[in-house]
Amino acid sequence: MREIVVFSLLNGAVYGLLLFMLSSGLTLIFSMMGVLNFAHASVFMLGAYLSWQISRWIGFWPALVVAPLLCGLVGAAIERYGLARVHRLGHVAEILFTFGLAYVIGELVIMAWGRNPIENRVPASIDFAAFRIYGTSYPFYKVLMTMISVGMFAFLWLAFKRTRVGLVIQAALTHPRMVSALGHDVPRLFVLVFAIGSALAGLAGVIGGFALLTEPNMAAALGPIVFVVIVVGGLGSIPGAFIASMLIGVVQTFAVAVDYSLADLLRALGMGLPPGSALREMLAIKLSQAAPLIPYLLLVLMLIVRPRGLMGTRDT
Amino acid sequence: MPSALAAPRPEPAPVALELSGVHKSFGATPIIRGVSLAIPRGERHAIIGPNGAGKSTLFNLVSGRIAPTRGSIRLEGAEIAGEAPYRIARRGLSRSFQVTNIFPRLTVYENVRCGVLWPLGCGYDFLRRCDRLRDVAERAERVLGQIRLADRRDTLAGVLTYAEQRALEIGIAIAGDARVILLDEPTAGMSRHETENAVELIRSVTEGRTLVMVEHDMGVVFGLADRISVLVYGEIVASDAPARIRENEAVRAAYLGDADA
Amino acid sequence: MTKGATRPAWWVGAAALLAVLPWVPGLQSDFGRSLLSQMGIAAVFALSYNLLLGQTGLLSFGHAVYFGLGGYAAIHLLRAVNGGWPIPVPLVPLAGAAAGLGFGIVFGALTTRRGGTIFALITLGVGELVRAASLMLPSFFGGEEGVTASRTEAPRWLGLDFGSQLQVYYLIAAWLFVAAILIHAFMRTPVGRLCNAVRDNPERVEFVGYDPRRVRFIAFSVAAAFAGLAGGLHAINYEIVTGEAVGATRSGAVLLMVYIGGVHHFVGAVLGAAAITWLQVSLSDYTSAWLLYLGLIFMGMVAFVPGGLAGLAMIHLSALRTRAVAAIARSYLLALPFALATLAGAATLIEIAYRRSTQPEAGALMTLFWIPMDTAKPWPWIGAAGVLALGAAALARIRPRVAAAWERAAEEIHAHA
Repeated sequence: MREIVVFSLLNGAVYGLLLFMLSSGLTLIFSMMGVLNFAHASVFMLGAYLSWQISRWIGFWPALVVAPLLCGLVGAAIERYGLARVHRLGHVAEILFTFGLAYVIGELVIMAWGRNPIENRVPASIDFAAFRIYGTSYPFYKVLMTMISVGMFAFLWLAFKRTRVGLVIQAALTHPRMVSALGHDVPRLFVLVFAIGSALAGLAGVIGGFALLTEPNMAAALGPIVFVVIVVGGLGSIPGAFIASMLIGVVQTFAVAVDYSLADLLRALGMGLPPGSALREMLAIKLSQAAPLIPYLLLVLMLIVRPRGLMGTRDT
Repeated sequence: MPSALAAPRPEPAPVALELSGVHKSFGATPIIRGVSLAIPRGERHAIIGPNGAGKSTLFNLVSGRIAPTRGSIRLEGAEIAGEAPYRIARRGLSRSFQVTNIFPRLTVYENVRCGVLWPLGCGYDFLRRCDRLRDVAERAERVLGQIRLADRRDTLAGVLTYAEQRALEIGIAIAGDARVILLDEPTAGMSRHETENAVELIRSVTEGRTLVMVEHDMGVVFGLADRISVLVYGEIVASDAPARIRENEAVRAAYLGDADA
Repeated sequence: MTKGATRPAWWVGAAALLAVLPWVPGLQSDFGRSLLSQMGIAAVFALSYNLLLGQTGLLSFGHAVYFGLGGYAAIHLLRAVNGGWPIPVPLVPLAGAAAGLGFGIVFGALTTRRGGTIFALITLGVGELVRAASLMLPSFFGGEEGVTASRTEAPRWLGLDFGSQLQVYYLIAAWLFVAAILIHAFMRTPVGRLCNAVRDNPERVEFVGYDPRRVRFIAFSVAAAFAGLAGGLHAINYEIVTGEAVGATRSGAVLLMVYIGGVHHFVGAVLGAAAITWLQVSLSDYTSAWLLYLGLIFMGMVAFVPGGLAGLAMIHLSALRTRAVAAIARSYLLALPFALATLAGAATLIEIAYRRSTQPEAGALMTLFWIPMDTAKPWPWIGAAGVLALGAAALARIRPRVAAAWERAAEEIHAHA
């Protein structure tokens, strides 16, 4: 029993950190540009694929650096040649542009690597046990993932609070013309922000590609959960995204380990089941089966109880 | 600071709008530092002051856009501080905006009509055709005439000239026959001629109503106002009849300057 | 809202068009009528989404929830009819509408408290929630295989048994007509006018005495009802409803339809529904890259043609009346061959890349644009890239001419305004 708890906690934390890596880059772009980047999870997927491809050519550790850089360049290109034209059309147009982009990147990935999952196995250089608990070894790559996400958190906090560029970018969000009049190149700032956000997504993809199945549906599977994270955490808040990611990661991982249903609970309490096949059906669902629902149930709960999220700062 | 009551009147008119000890801070920064003001029914009251004094903030507090940190705001005796804007509007207070805040993709006529719907009892009606409602149409047409935009009736509001949009801005505010009207810099950016028209318009449409106006154009202020309050750094430093404000030493020093106002 | 649409003549014309379509040469086959039926269902769905996005400014990524739940409700009712309930088939879609309305009210109360970006994300979450739940409740959702029913095992209605695709098409067309009239009428009620006001300036709406959240809630519920109606028609047409009916793909599809068709115009929804349905059905036969093309078209529209197909048509119609129309037509004619070359070059590159990555077993030889190619060799790649580059370069040279012609047209139009 203790084993299950400890491993669920560890794995849940790792999953939560993966969600955080994704949601932090998304929050960065949203906070600083007001753009909700639907294609963020797609860049994450691109990072996973690119890192696999580059690893095959020049090894894993170089890929860890090159893949995110490439993703950053892709992000810069998206903003410079695409999104920049759309800003003046309003937020809805921006969201829709990135929505279409998500489809397009997904298809480009299929075009390059096919529709089937690729064998993205943990490379030999990091495929060893970090430590052993209760007789089972805990893989090093998950520790690496933790280190990288902590590094990301620190980087973002510094970028937001401590650098001049961060302050300038925040100012540019609400008063772009004033910032421009002060001599800053606002379009270039936006390109920089988008590039950094995309590079973070790509970095998450390098590691995430091992934890998850690397296949063209990756983005669509993880994307909605990342959006739930930022709504639950509060739009625009990095600490909120962290808390929400960990919450969802840990709760969902625990749920998968629980093979009991509400019906079992009722039986254990000595109560009978109510009649009606639909109701019985709902009560018979095991928590492990219902695990995929958890992020969305949390979203609904948050909307009822505290619509602006755990630590929300921005309004729409 | 002196309590802002006018010289004694023969019989006390009911107070349309009363602010008592209103404070507003954004975070640690106080913007409105204890404003108390009583505006009797039917008065045309102007609020003037240097930029950054908090005039628009005051309007936002009264109209419900933001809630005061402290203090009370009473509309015709009823407490409205912190209430949602739509509830305050339903009680008979309407406002215009300094930055034009119209419905750009609706026609001029429809813009005005939006201001008419609730006061005429339409509520959330989804069964009757708006065009068929005679009293709504009549009122909207009348207001359209008053703001002299009848010939632009079917133009999309977004393509109007600036002065026309300002007129429409006022039109939406008065369409609902509100008893208390707040106009935020109604003549901002207008030429001399346009300003004269606007003043005439404001004078005619606020006949018998309570008007509170923020303005920078002293010609407009002294031409229209029954009483003027001067807001400096979130406090009212003077509140009196126009002639006495013009002579007030402190006001001249802080705002009007010694060149003629 | 176009003024012309309020004239009765337009409605009569539309009804006549709907009546005549299945007899048009080329559409007289079962396949053609099936295509028309699909377009009709999509049109009802798109009209409901236009109410949400185009008229009230609410961007939803999960509108298929109400379509699908309506479809499920209708198909369960149809099963009951198969079992003996005396309800005529033409009334079955009403169950869909009722279910759509019910769920719209329940979910709408939660989701419409906020607008804008947060609302969009919430609809995404609710959509995923329902989709995930659909896999867990087999008695309502039917599990992987879905729920089936028969539209012919029902009491005859005016002698019709709805066995033939033609009869089903007329049923769909009739409901489409009714839905269009109802939605159009709704937009002209006080609440409908307020929907437009909320879209344009939700803040000012508060200052004229209305709660924008309440307006959004009403719009949301009405849109959900019509989406459910479309779902009911879908249930009758296919006689099966599966989990994809509530899924993200379907939500994305209706968004594409309405935006590409023209989000500002009522008729844009119908245009977009017809165009995207046709693309989905026919393009997927020719190429496995059709989703890529669709995505690129969508992105292009968002960035360069925000008015959609309907907006494009209107601009060209108003340009027809100017003297610059000849210059415009000439510049188009000049650009046409180069545009085709650019598209052909790009399409070739895309197609051969797809062939090599997704269908390696089909071999390296393929025929594109009537030219046989060996995709294993470099020359198809080089040739296609070359054609693409030349075409794009030529277009870049011609672009100023097109822009100049349009500027002249715009000046004339403004002068007459």
